[in-house]
Formats: sequence, C-alpha cells, structure tokens
Amino acid sequence: MRRGLALFAVLALGTASAYAGDAQDFAKIERGRYLAVAGDCAGCHDAPGGGDPMAGGMKIETPFGTVTASNITPYKDSGIGAWTDDEFVRAVSEGIRRDGAHLFPAMPYPYYTKVSRDDLLTIRAYLSTVPVAQHTVGGDDLPFPLDVRAGMAAWNKVNFTAGPFKPDPNQSAERNRGAYLVEGLGHCGACHTPKGPAGGDKTSEAYQGGALQGWFAPEIGNGTPRGLGTWSADEIVAYLKTGHNKFTAAAGPMADVVDRSTSRMTDGDLRAIATYLKTLKGSGNETPKPVAASDKAMKQGAAIFGDECAACHTGHGTGSPRLFPSLAGSSSVQSTDPTSLIRIVLNGTRSVGTEKAPTSPAMPGFGRLLNDGEAAAVLTYIRNTWGNAAPAVNPDQVHDVRKSLTHHNG
Amino acid sequence: MARKLPAKDVVIVGLGWTGAILAHELAQEGLDIVAIERGPWRDTATDFSPAYAQDELRYRIRHELFLRPAQTSLTFRNNRSQTALPVREWGAFMLGNGVGGGGLHWNAETWRFLPSDFSLRSHLTQRYGAGAIPDDMTIQDWGVTYDELEPHYDKFEYLCGTSGTAGNLKGVIQSGGNPFEGPRGRPYPTPAQKQGYGHALFGKGAAELGYKPFPQPSGNLSQAYTNPLGVEMGPCTYCGFCEWFGCANYSKASPQTTILPVLLRHKNFTARTECEVTKILLDKEGRHATGVTFVDTSGTEWEQPAELVILSAFQLFNVQLLLLSGVGKRYDPLTGEGQIGRNFSHQTVSTAYGFFDNKKFNFNPFAASGAIGMCVDEFNGDNFDHGGKGFVGGGYLGQVQTNGRPIETTALPKGTPLWGLKWKEAMRDNYLSTINAGSACHGSCYSYKTNHLDLDPTYVDRFGRPLVRMTMDFHDNELKMSAYLTDRYAEILKAMGAREVVKKPRKGPYDVTDYQTSHLCGGAIMGTSPQNSALNRYLQSWDVPNLFVQGATAFPQNAGYNPTDTVGALAYWSAQAIRSQYLKHPGPLVDA
Repeated sequence: MRRGLALFAVLALGTASAYAGDAQDFAKIERGRYLAVAGDCAGCHDAPGGGDPMAGGMKIETPFGTVTASNITPYKDSGIGAWTDDEFVRAVSEGIRRDGAHLFPAMPYPYYTKVSRDDLLTIRAYLSTVPVAQHTVGGDDLPFPLDVRAGMAAWNKVNFTAGPFKPDPNQSAERNRGAYLVEGLGHCGACHTPKGPAGGDKTSEAYQGGALQGWFAPEIGNGTPRGLGTWSADEIVAYLKTGHNKFTAAAGPMADVVDRSTSRMTDGDLRAIATYLKTLKGSGNETPKPVAASDKAMKQGAAIFGDECAACHTGHGTGSPRLFPSLAGSSSVQSTDPTSLIRIVLNGTRSVGTEKAPTSPAMPGFGRLLNDGEAAAVLTYIRNTWGNAAPAVNPDQVHDVRKSLTHHNG
Repeated sequence: MARKLPAKDVVIVGLGWTGAILAHELAQEGLDIVAIERGPWRDTATDFSPAYAQDELRYRIRHELFLRPAQTSLTFRNNRSQTALPVREWGAFMLGNGVGGGGLHWNAETWRFLPSDFSLRSHLTQRYGAGAIPDDMTIQDWGVTYDELEPHYDKFEYLCGTSGTAGNLKGVIQSGGNPFEGPRGRPYPTPAQKQGYGHALFGKGAAELGYKPFPQPSGNLSQAYTNPLGVEMGPCTYCGFCEWFGCANYSKASPQTTILPVLLRHKNFTARTECEVTKILLDKEGRHATGVTFVDTSGTEWEQPAELVILSAFQLFNVQLLLLSGVGKRYDPLTGEGQIGRNFSHQTVSTAYGFFDNKKFNFNPFAASGAIGMCVDEFNGDNFDHGGKGFVGGGYLGQVQTNGRPIETTALPKGTPLWGLKWKEAMRDNYLSTINAGSACHGSCYSYKTNHLDLDPTYVDRFGRPLVRMTMDFHDNELKMSAYLTDRYAEILKAMGAREVVKKPRKGPYDVTDYQTSHLCGGAIMGTSPQNSALNRYLQSWDVPNLFVQGATAFPQNAGYNPTDTVGALAYWSAQAIRSQYLKHPGPLVDA
C-alpha cells in the first residue's frame, strides 16, 4: 500500500518537477542510477535503517558535530523536486543550497566539483524518478559557531577549489577514468586523505590515510608497507567488487561503501580505479624497526595470540583466504594509526557480504577478555611479527579507543 | 481467533538443514517464501565466538542450543501396557532449537546409506528368504533408489565441502576408501581430515584383522573450501567441540556456514524466528493445505496462508503436527492400519572402552573433531553374510572419539570409585591412554509394529496441545546385532594393544535417559503406495498433495549410519521434483 502511494506521488508530482530533461529517457535514467551508485549517494541519503531511498535523515558524524543528510527525492517542499538543474549542479559542485545557504562539507562537494555537469544532470535524471518521500528531515547538531552556514564561505576560500576534473592527455584513458572516479564521484579522499584542523584535505598527503568516526581509513596509494603496494590491480578490483580478497576484508565504514557502491560498479570502472590507485605514490617505503621479540609486551602478546587469535588467523598470521584476513604483511595491520585495529580487537567487526562473496564472516570482540595492557600487547605482537613492523601500541591508546566506543557503540 | 497475514507462495516450518535447502531451491524459482522457526536466530558471527564457543558447561551440560522441556516435550513408554510419562530432561536424543536445527549442533558425520538399504525388504527376502525377517519387523523399501539419490548426495556433500576418501568411483573400488559404499560420481570435495594417534592406531589394528579401514566422511573440513554458492568455509582446528556446540571457525558444515548467507540475500525470502507453528490448516475435505497457524513470543496467534507447505521441523514434531492437523490417518498398532506415527525408529549404538598402558600410549584425545576417526564397514547393512547369525542389520565400527572434554569424557577402568583420591589417580593414569568412542558401533535400528508415535491422552504442551507419545523398545534382532558388533569392536581394540577392554553392548529395554544419537526417524514414511506409506517417493503427502514432509521422518527404518547426508540428499531430490514437476502442474506427483 505504501509503495502504491509513493508511486502515485511520483506520477502526480514527477511531471511537475523542475527537472528539465526527458522523463522517458530510460537509458539516461539508468546511467544516472549507476553514477549515483558510483557516487554512493545512498550511503548518506537513504533513510536510516534500510528506509526509503534518498529520503534523508541519516546522521552523519563529523569531527565537529552531527550533520543530517537531506531529502533528495523529488519532493517539492523539502526535497529537490522544485530545484532547477542549475540549482542542483550548484549545490552538488559548489556546496550552495537553492536558498543560497552553504552546505557543510559532510556533503562531499569539494570532490563532486570534479564531476562533469553532464554526469551531474544524468544523476539528476535518476533522482527525479525515485519515489517522493514527503517528509522533512531533522536539523543538524553542530555547536556554535560551527552551525553558522555563512562561515563555510571562509572555509571554502581556504579548503575548496571548484572546477571539473581535467584529464591528463599524457595518461591512458583508463587511468584518467580512474582518476575521475576516485577524485570525483568516488570521493575516496573524504576518508582516506588526512584532514587539517578545519577539516580540509591535507592535499600534500592525499590518500595517505585519515581518521574518522572512530576508524582509521588506511593509506590507499601504491606504497609499502602501509599502502596497496603489495596488491595487484586484480586484488584491488576483487576487494572493491566483493569486499574480500586474499589479504583482507572490508569492515567498518568501508563495508558500507562496498555494499552500496563499489560492489555494484562495472568491472571496467573498478579496473580504472585500481589502475589509478597503483600510480599514486605512497607515504614512503621507510619501515620502522620492528619491536624486538624479546620485548615484554611482545612475549605477552605472543601468548595471547596463541590462545585467542591463532584458531582463525593461524600461528603464522596467514588466516584463510577471503574468510580470515592475513595479518602477516597486511598494510592496515601496519598502519601508522592503530585506531581501527584497537577498535576491532575490542569490539569485533563483521565484514561485508556481497553478491560475489556472501559469507560475511565476523571477528568477535575481545574487549571483555582483554584489558588495555593485554590488547595493546597482542596488537604490538601482530604489528611486529612475521615480517611486520609498526610502532608498538600502548595501553593508553587502547584506553582512549575503549572510552570512545561507548560513544560509537560498534 | 488467529490474525490473518498476507498469503505467501510457500510456508516452511522449521529452518534447519531441510528448511534452508528447500527455501534456497524454491527462492530461485522466484516464489515468495516465509520460514517459521520455533527457536531463536543463530549465526556464527553473532552467536559463536572463539572466545567462548568451547564452553562445555554452557553448551554440553546446560544444553544452550536445545529446546527446553518447558517449551515442549514428549511422553515415553516402552510398550502399550505402560502409562507414558513426560520426559523432563533430554536423554537418549537431543532436540535442537533455533535456526540451523540439528544441522547446527551435529558432529557432521556425513555418510551415505548403502544401495541395499533403500530396497531393504526386497534385498533381504531375495538373499535369505522371507523367513529371515521377523514377523513383527515392518521394514520396507523406500520407493527411491541409491542411484536416483546419488546426484543429490553429491549436491549436499559439495554444499558442505565434505572431507573424505572415496571408496567407489563410478564402480571402481578405490584404495583407502570404503569399498562397500555405493558408486560415487566424483571424489569428495575435500580430502579426508587428519587422524589422531588413537584413530590411526584403530585403522592399523583393523587392517591387521583383514578389514579395510577408511577415514570417516566429515563435515568438519580438512581445508578451506568455497562451496558452489560462493560461501567460504575455514579449515577445522581440531578443537574437539563439535557435537552440541556451534562452530566458531566456519569449519563445520551447517545451514549457517553453507546456505544462509546466500538465502538471506533473496528478497523473496523471510524468516520468522521464535514463532511456533501450531497447526497445518486444511480445507474442508482435508485434501488441501491452506497454510499454517503460529504463535509469536507475545502469545498472539497468526494465520499464514500459503499455496505450498513444507514441513521441515525435527522428526518428532513433524509427526506431531501431522497428527494434530489431521493429515492422513493415524497409525493403529493393533490393526496395522493408518500411516501417521508408523515405523518410528531410532538407532542401536554401543561401544567398548580400551584401556592402554599409559607409558606406551598417549592419544591426546582433546585434539579431535566431531567426525574424525577411522572406520570399517564390513559389518554394516548386508555387507556380511547374516546366515546363521540370528539377526539382520549392522553398523559401521570406528574409533570416532570426538573429544577429550574434561567433564564428559571420563571413561575409567572397572572398579574405580566415582569420587575421591582413587578416582583422581585413575583419571590421571587413563585420560591420555584410553579409547572411548561414544558411538563406536553405529548400529541400525529396524522398524516394528509396536514402535510408534501418537498423541498423548493426558499431557499437553504450553498451548494445550497433546504431547507426542513415543512407544519404543528394542527387539531381540537389534540386541543380538549390538552384541555381535561390540564383540568385533573389542577384537580390534585388542589388536591395537589394549591391556583391558570393557564391552558396552546395547541392552534392553530402550532407555530414554541414556544418550545414543539424535537420529530419530520414521513416523511419516516414504514408500510406493498410500497403503504402505504417508509420503510418496518425492516426500509429498499422499493425502494432501500441496504438503511435503522433509527429513528423517520419511525413513522407513534406520540404517547403520548417521542420517544427515541422506536427509540432505532427500531434500534436494524432493526440491528437484517440486521445481521441475510440481510447480508446473500442482497436484499428486505419483498416482495413488
């Protein structure tokens, strides 16, 4: 019944939408659907808890407070049904709302600005067809003065460069396509590029890993040991397509990205992304000296690992392909910032299930069994064994993450 | 008055192995399916953590994964002269509860039945004459042959990733496998599991006696495996916590580790857990099922209309629902008329303990799996000449010790006190050097006129429905067979070098408090006509053609093997008939 009503609403209101294109151009609408997938619009704009598509209402956690995703269905009142194409393009690529107010960059317009106008209007064609959600979402939860949208004008001056992606004629079409997707629609840098104090990208360290929402999004350039240097393009494609490859599995916010976006993209586009990522230089190849096996924490960690971890990850840290991630040689295990690792050990996590890799295996939480010192010791051990090398994890770091988890809750 | 839900194409009662298989097969036809499961949702990720899965007290002793007798129970008596009383603590068999059913808590022994098992009465009559079968023994042919089931055995084993060594590939006997098994179309999906010292020594002792030992086929996998549905399984770690436990390592085949991740991606499939089906609804003529009623956790009763009803609960409760719903005719043991409740059977399990010199033998019994072990099949089914033996039937013999769990696995020599210093000393001296396989002789249990199920006249469940009443006893045939198998087993223990062997043949009367296996069977059996069976060869009810009854409920008698592989094969066989025949022309698939 509800679906019937919504459909009626589309028929009644859709024709009156300010969208200027041909509502019967199904090829274009399908292309727009695909581009909306590549841009992961649904990742924020779908109603929370598997609710109505693009209806908004999801709370987006930022370092500065919570921003609520807007209703981008063709609802004329609080959706975007009444917007002209130019207003739509300005909002997505410049972060300026129809009423002239600034959007917060939780809406990744600093990346979407690289998307061509043609592609944006194609997405618009698709958005004009989603069922109208006749509701108005709640407000944001940002402290003063960050809640003043006018302040974003100043922010933009420092942190935002408008303008579409320009292909590099000296590079292959595939790499240019990959760059367009990664830098634009894919907005990979929103998580994987470290941020300055005001939340803008540290462009000199692009794709070298960033902290967000209690996770650390690892480096995705071609470096070793912290980037994707050891992954072939095929392994990157497999990871994006299925959420799993022989090294690791997508969990946390990336699980959502794989579920809603990359697993639904074409192999050609995923290969283009992989080609581009393989050309990004990483944060450097210098490897820290591993913590000595004789270190007290290492010995304690080895004992805990044998008891609690080896059943799945094996005594050699190699795991089982596409089921239990390999810890040996893992770039995320050796990442500079151990936030995600600590979080996973304390709370556990479930990897994404996809059409191609439906298993969705999980790691249980050990926060109940391991105190801060023990969790730090076992992490220090896995970061410095089997050829791995990374700074020791100290109990204070575990303490801080444990405290923050009561806030993030999973 | 039940509140009516929107109609579904298919309602599935119970989400264990067969419910999951049928749901997945029918979901591929685009049908709108709901599975209604009495117990809770259970999944590896959320319920079975390596941090606590190996908790013997919680799972083994306190029965975490099982039905609570307060939810429902059964009543039991050995014969008609007794008054049946309710079972208040599970004993002879365990009753699963929740998603995965028995497929979650099993040991994962994955055996095929022998070709002759499927034509048992014809086969025995032909070889020994009709007189070899006792008058009150009601064994019969299944109506389906091994050859017909072979591709479906194969499908189930490849779903599970079963680890084993083939003994017969397309009629060619293979060394190292079971030479008595029926021909397989292709090898097992994964190689056999590794064997512990005690298991390997059994193989050696058996070979010395001239038998042909082989590794037990195991659903605890020897290596990582990706099944045809794309679901990944991990290698078994030999932790020794399989039976009555959930596997935390994605290593034991179960609906959770093989089908559910794919089934749940089907938008046309819904599971309702903690909802108990109370009745199958029939039309006025009693010839067509219109759906089921169920009760949710708030006590609200719902009606779920459906075009097709798949009964896939545990054997006892399948039969109870048929009896409560008035499907078919209730079995009367005095006249032999009626089919519902007839040919109920179980298993005839026995063992012998082998105590070895602890200075020479260290078996490390804790490193094991639920389906580890070396077996011989010389004494199963009709693999040996029963002439002059005074019984028919048999079972596999094996050192199939699954664990060294401290509370449970404590076989001690005769004369050891049950507590105190002497007990502790005996425990210390024998724990590592004793062969103690619970189901060492996995004997068949054939069916009899008197062994049956019906509804109890006195005791009711929490909804006021009569409990199912079990009338069950061992007959001389099974007890003789058990003594014979146990003697053969003891000889092998001696050949292994045991200093003391204690034989534990099965003795009558049937004891509902003493654990054997959870392999209850029969009660609504398959067969060739409505006069000898409740179901046709496709597990379709003769009386209500839009009702299919899955599981060991359909076995006319029990063979000397664990039933799950056959249960899985029958489910795929039945599903294929529904997909290829029934959906095109709903109605009886076999003319009565």
